Amino acid sequence: MGPYRFIIRPLIWLRICLHEGYSTVARGLEMLGGLQMLGRLALNFFERLGRGNLFVVRVLTGVPAVFLQPSLIIAQLYSVGVLSLLIIVVAGLNVGMVLGLQMYYTLVDYGAEATLGPVVALSLVRELGPVVAALLFAGRAGSALTAEIGLMKATEQLSGMEMMAVDPIKRIVAPRFIAGVLSMPLLAAMFSAVGILGGYFVGVGMLGIDDGSFWSQMQAKVDWYDDVVNGVIKSVAFGVVITWVAVFEGYDAVPTTEGVSRATTNTVVYASLAVLGLDFVLTALMFGS
Amino acid sequence: MTAYSDNLVEVRDLTFRFGSRIIFDGVDIDIRRGKVSTIMGPSGTGKTTLLRMIGGQLKPNSGEVRVDGRDVPTMSHGELYDMRMRMGMMFQSGALFTGISVFDNVAFPLREHTRLSAAMIQDLVLMKLQAVGLRGARDLMPTELSGGMARRVALARAIALDPTMIMYDEPFTGQDPITVGVIMKLIRMINDTLGLTSIIVSHDVQEVSSISDYIYMLSNGKVVGQGEPEQMWQSDSPWVTQFMKAQPDGPVPFHYPAVDMAEDLFT
Repeated sequence: MGPYRFIIRPLIWLRICLHEGYSTVARGLEMLGGLQMLGRLALNFFERLGRGNLFVVRVLTGVPAVFLQPSLIIAQLYSVGVLSLLIIVVAGLNVGMVLGLQMYYTLVDYGAEATLGPVVALSLVRELGPVVAALLFAGRAGSALTAEIGLMKATEQLSGMEMMAVDPIKRIVAPRFIAGVLSMPLLAAMFSAVGILGGYFVGVGMLGIDDGSFWSQMQAKVDWYDDVVNGVIKSVAFGVVITWVAVFEGYDAVPTTEGVSRATTNTVVYASLAVLGLDFVLTALMFGS
Repeated sequence: MTAYSDNLVEVRDLTFRFGSRIIFDGVDIDIRRGKVSTIMGPSGTGKTTLLRMIGGQLKPNSGEVRVDGRDVPTMSHGELYDMRMRMGMMFQSGALFTGISVFDNVAFPLREHTRLSAAMIQDLVLMKLQAVGLRGARDLMPTELSGGMARRVALARAIALDPTMIMYDEPFTGQDPITVGVIMKLIRMINDTLGLTSIIVSHDVQEVSSISDYIYMLSNGKVVGQGEPEQMWQSDSPWVTQFMKAQPDGPVPFHYPAVDMAEDLFT
């Protein structure tokens, strides 16, 4: 009894206290490590952002020369734009049909089902067309651009081109950038148009809304400048951002298998987040007042 | 212009660091006009890096890299591209453009830099392909070529613009003996018939000794030996001897630097 109470128990306490003290210090050190890591992450982020900006300046200086060789742009318009058409059209049709269905059941409670036309058209032209088309474009065309440029880098094709005195930024990146920026608004317009047709099939074809009021209400409520042009401006902005992210991620990829794979993932993630964030800002600016 | 010199490329007191690693530490190299010169050395000594500096793709931390009397690191973008048009490079992987055929690969530099008619380009491309023995492969895609054929196409593309200098990055690595023989013959033949200056980066001692006019050996960021092939074989430098005779241990240690083994195992 005696030795336990007076010797062993205090020793155990001492040990516990020491351990506590030690782990507090360790936690403190860990936190310091965490802070360091945060700092490093921030530095890396801003460094890449800076490189991305310098990169886009170089791309833009290469843009005028590319217009002298339209064949380069046309080939890219095909692979970036035309090949994205299928997914855009199918998705647009589905979004339009679902929108028609959902809106009809909400509007019919207020006896306002005749306004289905403008509701579908405005949602598509202002928001869903540019945004959903941009997200799909990032997944379909953006990832392909990144993987293509990244693999060209990994297989020394870009380096080889430089050694042949051909600037890969002008020959490879700039035509793809132009094609992406030109394709995006066209694809978004296609998405909206097909979506409105989808809404029409559901609203007029299936649910029996009057054909004339569907179109005439739409015509009356949708403003050319406020709605359509603003939607197009949005999609141009998305096109610039997505293509920029895609070509930069490809050009800046670590030239290994994992590096290209990570760059491709980054393109889809960063481009999608950028589109969503930018959409909020643009919407607030355009439709705020 | 600077005075004509016997050396097409002159590297002076070159230093280059990659992060904290020192790649070059005061390297001097002269590449004679019209000769086949080889840079040899163990893997990871920056041989390819040296080629990239001569081509202006990397800038040294200090020192000079002069090509035809002009300092490469201080060139403007335009001057650099002008210089590269007079320079061919054969990459280890070939670096062919995978999306276009063999013919279009060889035609690429001609179409980019000249305003020749399609018929003229066709003739030139077929002549270059004939020189490397692949005229019949003009319609194949790069993915259909063997490694050796890809290098030969890359060689045809490198000489498409009739450069004054050609650089080979590890031309023999990973090839079968027949292909190695073909590439050796091509390097020598192209150098002598076209009056080029050739720089080879390689670690294949036998091949290099038989076709080089002059050899530089790099190790640990320094030139540890130089001379004609016979001089290299008879060299009494431990570095050169270890490399030429393929000895596993020597100035280049067998072991990667580590703490004492007893300490590592018993603590």
